[in-house]
Amino acid sequence: MLSSLVAGVLAGSAGTYLLGTPEASERESWSDAGDVTKLQAGEPEEITFEQNRVDAWKTRHEKASAWVILNNDGSVTAYSPLCTHLGCAYHWEAGAHAFVCPCHGSAFNMQGNVIAGPAQRPLDRYAVKMQGPRLWLGPIQKSQGA
Amino acid sequence: MRSRLLAATEWFDDRTGVPTAWRHFLLEDIPDSAGWAQVFGSVALFLFLVQALTGILLAFNYAPTPGDAYDSLQYVIRNVAGGRLVHGLHHWGSSLMVIVVFLHMAQVFLYGAYKRPREATWIAGAVLLLLTLAFGLTGYLLPWDNRAYWGTVVTAQIVASVPVFGPFLTHLLGAQSGVGVLTFARFYTLHTVLLPLVIVLMIAFHIYMVRRHGITPASIGERKNQRFYPKQAFRDTVAMFAAFTMLFLCAAFLNAPLGRLADPTDTTYVPRPEWYFLFLFQLLKIFRGSLEVVGTVVLPTAAVILLFLIPFVRVPEFLRSHRKLVAGAFVLAVFGIWAGLTATAIVSEPRHTGVSTNDTRAAEWASIPPEQIAGIGYFQAWGCGSCHNLIGGPRKAGPNLSAARLHHRKEWLVHHFNENRRSGANEESASRPSLPQLNALSLFLADLKPDSAKRLQQISSQFTRGAQVYVTGACASCHKVNGAGGGIGPPLNGLFDRRTKDWVEAHFANPQKLSPGSIMPPYRFSPKDRDALMRYLAALPE
Repeated sequence: MLSSLVAGVLAGSAGTYLLGTPEASERESWSDAGDVTKLQAGEPEEITFEQNRVDAWKTRHEKASAWVILNNDGSVTAYSPLCTHLGCAYHWEAGAHAFVCPCHGSAFNMQGNVIAGPAQRPLDRYAVKMQGPRLWLGPIQKSQGA
Repeated sequence: MRSRLLAATEWFDDRTGVPTAWRHFLLEDIPDSAGWAQVFGSVALFLFLVQALTGILLAFNYAPTPGDAYDSLQYVIRNVAGGRLVHGLHHWGSSLMVIVVFLHMAQVFLYGAYKRPREATWIAGAVLLLLTLAFGLTGYLLPWDNRAYWGTVVTAQIVASVPVFGPFLTHLLGAQSGVGVLTFARFYTLHTVLLPLVIVLMIAFHIYMVRRHGITPASIGERKNQRFYPKQAFRDTVAMFAAFTMLFLCAAFLNAPLGRLADPTDTTYVPRPEWYFLFLFQLLKIFRGSLEVVGTVVLPTAAVILLFLIPFVRVPEFLRSHRKLVAGAFVLAVFGIWAGLTATAIVSEPRHTGVSTNDTRAAEWASIPPEQIAGIGYFQAWGCGSCHNLIGGPRKAGPNLSAARLHHRKEWLVHHFNENRRSGANEESASRPSLPQLNALSLFLADLKPDSAKRLQQISSQFTRGAQVYVTGACASCHKVNGAGGGIGPPLNGLFDRRTKDWVEAHFANPQKLSPGSIMPPYRFSPKDRDALMRYLAALPE
């Protein structure tokens, strides 16, 4: 009885410690991704920008990229550069008019929806906001499965 | 069904022998006299297992490099679910383990359980004791806070002072050019790789020896009529449970210390070792100069050698009949010396020595910038109150200062102060006020609000004078108070936790003598000013 109580408390602590969600200490952070007014409307373009990312006890200043589309109504869409299947980097194929992933052939249309391949979810999007001509990118929002 | 289970168990037993070994282990014959006194070994083993578990868990979230180590431990404590508890268990567990190991040793000694044929068991136990202490010593550095860093600096110095072997040991610990990344890597590897390996082997050997010779009977020829299971196993479990409850409560309700990030330039930090090493720390104060090595190396080495030789010491004939009395007196004497040294070390800890904050309201205003505190002092001393109200009161010639918004430029204010100042009879000089003084008064006015004015008015003149000395001495160009000021010298909050009153006094007179390499100029305050300044500094929050 007593020994199982001790073992239970230890196992419970260890389980919480290993599986519990760490309390997030970061506030939502936004990064300046540059002037996007010169983009061709309806032409996806890959941009790189610098962001601060909180990685457990470290805050890293690192490069990140996004596929950005200037929509016809002037709004901006920014996709995370990773395929939602297994995380390979995809690219825009102007001829096919689709985002194509080289790993397993997933393809997405300009709205980010799956049009071919094993991917189950549309492309993930960055939270976006405009400050004058400059695009600011926030956290990546996971898309819902189709 | 039942027969199948039995068959499966038999198969398992036949192929591995584990069930038989387990039964053999539990059903050991032990003397009738075995009882509560014999539980400490099991508790020590249990605590070791807790340390191993919590240590592995901590390592999962730990970056073993200086600097990052501190950040990752802070992450464990602040962010990881249950992290504070796991760190607490590991921290307090080390102390509890030292206690239990010593209790175990005292019990074995008092019961004469180290005597023939159990000499090897005792020696293995003595090695285990040293390993436990080595764990404590190496683990001390791993949080990489000021306490860890400066404590290990002292350890490294002591190691270096060992005759003949000093340089080699220093080299092995990677501390040739001070405590740094090499030392950290060595301590980490010792703590997490080498020491665990050695201690596990040693524990196995120790337990094997205990089983080989059996538990010591109270008298020779005593019958072994009981078995380890169930009675003794129950006693051991209860003792482990008690130890764990104590440990858990400590971990849950006491904060394991994690100070500021290690700062090798912070020459004001006075390191204190872990409590179980405090007696050694105090021992050093007895042996000074060239004799110091007696305290650091000779006596501890002699004690360790004595520890190993205990099984071979023959008690003189005339004491034989009082064997138990002699053993008890010896344990008491050793404990008394240890407790005396430890208590002296605790009592002599420099904590607010000589400078006390009598003002109980100090906590309320001590976080206000010194310029503002000095400012109200000048406001009062220069007779500003004859034309201005601070908060409210009868109508006066000048505007109410906390109600009106300050709209004059600083130049105007300085000119106004100079023109309208009324120096009291007890002012030291009627000469023009200095720039820091005028600056303090204008800062005080710029930030003046009714509630802050009320608080400022309650500060006793002793402390405003101290803040004025701080301001006119331009201390803030090199030192920080409440996080504001220059970064050349150490921050002054908590100064009297680190230094004694005498030290600070002597340091004002001749900084270079006490902190070689310091660029602080000597200050010759009047005794009144010096005391006021020290009282102000002592009142600052930690």
